[in-house]
Amino acid sequence: MTPLLASMSQTAIPLSWYLAVALILFAIGTIGVLTRRNALVVLMSVEILLNAVNLTFLAFARHHDNMDGHVVTFFVIAVAAAEAAVGLALVLGIFRHNRSVNVDSMTALRN
Amino acid sequence: MLEQILFWLLAGGAILTAAMVVLPPVGRNPLYGALSLILSFFFISGLYVLLVAHVMAVLQVLVYAGAIMVLFIFVIMLLNLSDKELGQSRKTTAQFIGVLAVSAIAVKAIMVVSSATGSKALMAADAGFGTVDGLADLLFRQFLFPFELVSILLLVAVIGAVVLAKRRLT
Amino acid sequence: MQTGNAVESADFFTHAELLPWIVLLPLLGAAINGLFGKRMSKGAVTFFGVGSVVAAFVLSCIEVSRLAELESGALASTLWTWFSSFELHIDIAFSLDQLSAVLLLVVTGVGSLIHIFSIGYMRSDEGYWKYFSYLNLFMFSMLLLILGKNLLVLFVGWEGVGLCSYLLIGFWFKDMPKAEAGQKAFVTNRVGDLAFLIGAFILLFYSQGTLDFHELKQTAASMHTDQPVELTIVCLLFLVGACGKSAQIPLYVWLPDAMAGPTPVSALIHAATMVTAGVYLMVRTNFMFSASETAMTVVAIVGAATALMAATIALVQNDIKKVLAYSTVSQIGFMVAAVGVGGYVAAVFHLMTHAFFKACLFLGAGSVIHALHHEQDIRKMGALKKKLKVTRWSFLISCLAIAGIPLFSGFFSKDEILFTAFTTSHWGADPKMYVFGMLLLAAFCTAFYMFRLYFLTFEGEYRGDKHTWDHAHEETVMNIPLMVLGFLAAAGGLLGLPHFTHAHFLHGWLQPVLGFVKGKAPDGTPLEFIQVGGENAFTYVHDTNTELMLMGLSVLVAAIGILLAWRLYKRPASELPKAPVDAWWHRLLSNKYYVDEFYDATIVRPLRGTANLLHKVVDVGLIDGLLVKGPAKTLGKIGDGLRMFQNGDVQAYATVVVVGMAAALFFIV
Repeated sequence: MTPLLASMSQTAIPLSWYLAVALILFAIGTIGVLTRRNALVVLMSVEILLNAVNLTFLAFARHHDNMDGHVVTFFVIAVAAAEAAVGLALVLGIFRHNRSVNVDSMTALRN
Repeated sequence: MLEQILFWLLAGGAILTAAMVVLPPVGRNPLYGALSLILSFFFISGLYVLLVAHVMAVLQVLVYAGAIMVLFIFVIMLLNLSDKELGQSRKTTAQFIGVLAVSAIAVKAIMVVSSATGSKALMAADAGFGTVDGLADLLFRQFLFPFELVSILLLVAVIGAVVLAKRRLT
Repeated sequence: MQTGNAVESADFFTHAELLPWIVLLPLLGAAINGLFGKRMSKGAVTFFGVGSVVAAFVLSCIEVSRLAELESGALASTLWTWFSSFELHIDIAFSLDQLSAVLLLVVTGVGSLIHIFSIGYMRSDEGYWKYFSYLNLFMFSMLLLILGKNLLVLFVGWEGVGLCSYLLIGFWFKDMPKAEAGQKAFVTNRVGDLAFLIGAFILLFYSQGTLDFHELKQTAASMHTDQPVELTIVCLLFLVGACGKSAQIPLYVWLPDAMAGPTPVSALIHAATMVTAGVYLMVRTNFMFSASETAMTVVAIVGAATALMAATIALVQNDIKKVLAYSTVSQIGFMVAAVGVGGYVAAVFHLMTHAFFKACLFLGAGSVIHALHHEQDIRKMGALKKKLKVTRWSFLISCLAIAGIPLFSGFFSKDEILFTAFTTSHWGADPKMYVFGMLLLAAFCTAFYMFRLYFLTFEGEYRGDKHTWDHAHEETVMNIPLMVLGFLAAAGGLLGLPHFTHAHFLHGWLQPVLGFVKGKAPDGTPLEFIQVGGENAFTYVHDTNTELMLMGLSVLVAAIGILLAWRLYKRPASELPKAPVDAWWHRLLSNKYYVDEFYDATIVRPLRGTANLLHKVVDVGLIDGLLVKGPAKTLGKIGDGLRMFQNGDVQAYATVVVVGMAAALFFIV
């Protein structure tokens, strides 16, 4: 372990700061999901959401000194990869159908 | 002290770049949004390092910034959306209410969280914490079955993506 | 007492396998024609429609002959228990006793003939299959009514015939007045049906949970001593029911309008069978009526008054079917009056002969109408005897029968009613003589208006247009029923020869049901009693001299009526007497005593006014406007507001979720 990293492990930052950052990121992601009309941006907002969650997991892992949180984060990254692949494929399909990636044009659920 | 400065820089950068993805002036063109998001991922990765999650920090850069976001940019360029196809973004009451509600939740949650966990600094990590060794030990012993499941999930996602991308939606 | 009755019933009744089939066959015919008739050929429709009724007639003959061989009791068949609750126990059950046997043969026999007649009459109608389906359904209901072992099964049939009557009166429903006539019949009948139903409920209250006719006899006997007032009320309610169905005062107004239906329907339903259901009901529950003196008085007066009133109206009618309709009302009045004086046998006897000659008259009228392309005004007929030979002879025979000329059927039955009314001893002499006098006067009118009808239709000069005259002809399939019915109208009276001959078949046949007891007066005159609870409720004197004297009187009255009609109406067209349209009595009669107008002013208009008020103010204003549309409008507004959330936009849905989350968070923490 390098000295730099070792000194970093002597952290002086409280858990709540990390959680606050995670919450702000999560809020930003939610606002994106709720307000943006471009399906691609919506998908990217979802990625922000996942990252916010990852951050909490890792912070708590550090807090409890338990690496299970790392495993969960690993899985979340894997799932995020899968989600991005399928989501982008859907956006492609929808674009071919609607000539648009605007979620306003995806109204098959209406009526 | 250095650590705290680092934290503020990383956290501020992550939040700012993430906000740029979502905020309309920048996010108008999804390509700028995607680039901004990659930056955000790097900042978050830095936060992971501060949390002694080195493996995760590396994976974050490799998978998110390297793979997923490249895929996004690839698709954005493939579609090459014109202004008309991007559509007019409308501002509605629902959007406004949504933003308000989310902000309220966030503020309230931060207040609750900080009062619950206090301002006590995190303790020093154990020797093996956050190393590849430690992660591999967990991943291939205790979490072997979920790990294999994730590989199947990825396979399914690949097949699904291919099928969806090839089929013409009706 | 309950079990005692049951055991006795079991002994009394012999099981009859075929009985339900008599009822079910017409239902089967109705179902087949109703469901598939539209796609079947006319031959097939005819086969099922007419065949089922003829088959029912054959089965009826078999069962009645079985009944005749029984030493005592009656035939019965229970299909299943309809419902059972505590004491109350009602079966779907049929019974055939001597009384229902008479009705059964008349209904299936005359019914078969009229079905056959209909083949010709309805041949070119597009609703041919529908017509036969309705007609079969009517036969089913009527047989249910006749064969029902208890009051409730009878009531089902009672309602069924009412429904079929409505359907068939309004058969040509595209013609508004005809559809309205159907409604009038239905609504008027409802009044009677309601009274009947209330009566049945009251009766149920005192009968320990049974409505079986056989067991009701004990109920009537015990009510006679314990609850005479209630018994009278039940009888009067039944009378109102009978008034509705049998077109008696005050509910007779529907029957003349009912002539809007096809003529064979008028013959079957509104002359021979359904309209006599009220009489049947009263004879069926004779043990109750006998036990209530007041009810009997009312029945007699209602019957006699109806007989006279309808007969006078018939004097001035010009529509061939209207004359016959009022004649029917009048003749049923005779039967009801006969019930009222305790002459149940006479009532059934007249019911039977009336079915023969009135069906024959109606079918004759149908034949005339068919031949003249639906011309019904007798002022445009005349001399049709040259063209319609079979019709003319059967019509003449029936006219003689209804007028009461000796040896024809109507003579015997009408005479017996008059004789019974004259000799009955249920109450003092004076009101009895009023009833007798009214009936005699009605008999005179009957003879006059029937022969006015006959002479104007078949004799004299033809007064219609030449084209119709050239095409007038008869049809074989319609002639056969006319001939059979003509024969029955002539010979049917032989079943009830006068009492002095001691060959009154019907009298002996019905004795087990009506239960009268023979006896002798101190001077040796034969007497008969109807007993209720061991007491003599009625006494009849079978005095030969009186009987002969009354016969002479009625023949004289009939002969005067016929001769008067002859002198007035058997003339060339130019010499026919002009109707005194300005005379007050003629106006009174041709407007039917203004009864329709009276009902309109006293019942229909106030009801309609009230309904209008309720409709406009209460229904439209309060209920529709405030209570129904008010919440609907409010909800509509709310819905308009909520619709922005239900726009198929997933992001909007997610926003709602987030808002909910925020609310929950602030609520909990």
